[in-house]
Amino acid sequence: MLSDWGAVFIFFVVAVLFAVGGMITNVLLAPRRNSDQKGVPYECGVDTIGPTWVQFKTSYFLYALLFVIFDVETIYLYPWAVKFKSLGMFAFIEMIIFLFILIIGLWYAWKEGALEWK
Amino acid sequence: MGENIFVGIATWLRDVMSSAGVPDLWNDTILMLVKLVTVLVFVMLNFMVLNYMERRIAGFIQSRRGPNRVGPHGLLQPLADIGKMLGKELYIPKSVDKIVFLLMPTLIFVPPFLIFAVLPLGKNMAAIDMNIGVFYMFAIASLSTIILWGAGWSSNNKYSLIGSMRAVAQMVSYELPLILSLLGVIMITGTLNMSSIVEAQNNIWFVFTQPIAFLIYFIAGIAETNRTPFCLVEGESEIIAGPYTEYSGMTYAMFPLAEFVSMIIISAMSTIVFLGGWLAPFGWTFIPSWLWFFLKMYVMIFIFMWVRWTYPRIRVDQLMGFNWKVLVPLALANIFITGVGMYVFRAIGWWS
Repeated sequence: MLSDWGAVFIFFVVAVLFAVGGMITNVLLAPRRNSDQKGVPYECGVDTIGPTWVQFKTSYFLYALLFVIFDVETIYLYPWAVKFKSLGMFAFIEMIIFLFILIIGLWYAWKEGALEWK
Repeated sequence: MGENIFVGIATWLRDVMSSAGVPDLWNDTILMLVKLVTVLVFVMLNFMVLNYMERRIAGFIQSRRGPNRVGPHGLLQPLADIGKMLGKELYIPKSVDKIVFLLMPTLIFVPPFLIFAVLPLGKNMAAIDMNIGVFYMFAIASLSTIILWGAGWSSNNKYSLIGSMRAVAQMVSYELPLILSLLGVIMITGTLNMSSIVEAQNNIWFVFTQPIAFLIYFIAGIAETNRTPFCLVEGESEIIAGPYTEYSGMTYAMFPLAEFVSMIIISAMSTIVFLGGWLAPFGWTFIPSWLWFFLKMYVMIFIFMWVRWTYPRIRVDQLMGFNWKVLVPLALANIFITGVGMYVFRAIGWWS
């Protein structure tokens, strides 16, 4: 028997081969010409100033941190939701307490201005 | 009539092969390859139809004609586009990180295609009927964030970097309401298998019992696929084309392809989870289940396009503020309301 994940692996291989095949066809069919101007990064015709690979705006990082907290939360929530009916009232109240702690975290981030775009 | 045509072909193929003495493992593998080719053809056909439909609808909404030169009513336009894309030079600019630059367009099509494998496109018509379908879908879908970011970073172009940073911030943030909105449905059904979720809607569609969740899912879905009004990732008028700026030819074509396929997936998921999947409304079972699925899916896609060509793009601060201050608390409240509602309904005996 072919397991589910074996089938997923077949899908993965074919998806990669599809993209590679398309690119190879493209290289074979398309013309190739080279020039100095062509290799320059396209920034609206203005020469690029300074390096691009720099440390960027920290606002993005704050959102990523918040995301990690809530994403881990969702991993806990899914098994709980599947078994919600059979777990009973105790698990429901426990999950409300868990959510409440996380909501306090969100409120704190909100209060400290992490959600404002500066 | 036509109800069991695809399932019938699969069963017939399996019978032919097992009677010819093919071992079980090879039998399964060959059958899976046939399903895979079907899914691939389905994806490509839909991509071409959507490409045409998108521009045509845009034309009608903006009081112009849209593509109407190639073939009757411009129907052959997608084919002409593919031909053009294949004829364009695949150019690698000098300053890019070559390995990552070429790896990302190779991988961008993988997550949407892997998700397509588990979608039930009709009764018993999922290529892989996985028991953790919904969870698997979200796990795979979040991978495309990394790929989009890698594409922008490796381009060594300031606009690409800004675009990819926005992509990460936006897709990562809107993933939360997307995941949380489906939790109410999971609580009611008690399963992650997509076919079982559809079966659970036999009496009433979840769009009626979980309307808030549907709304959150719809908005977050538009944001996840980076479509207007959330198209800050590639905002044409400000950052050229975002992460795709330096790509050309087939390496570029892979990105719109992946984007369209993600849009099909978001529409298909909303059909499966909220609109009753392949189930026929009013008991109209004379239309086959897979046709019902496509009809509902295309209605959803049409609404997506309608939204796209009606609203202007929103600002970054509005985008993030709306997600974290409105959608996430609303989604959490929805889980709470669903839980309490289930206990109340059980107490008064409306629901067991």
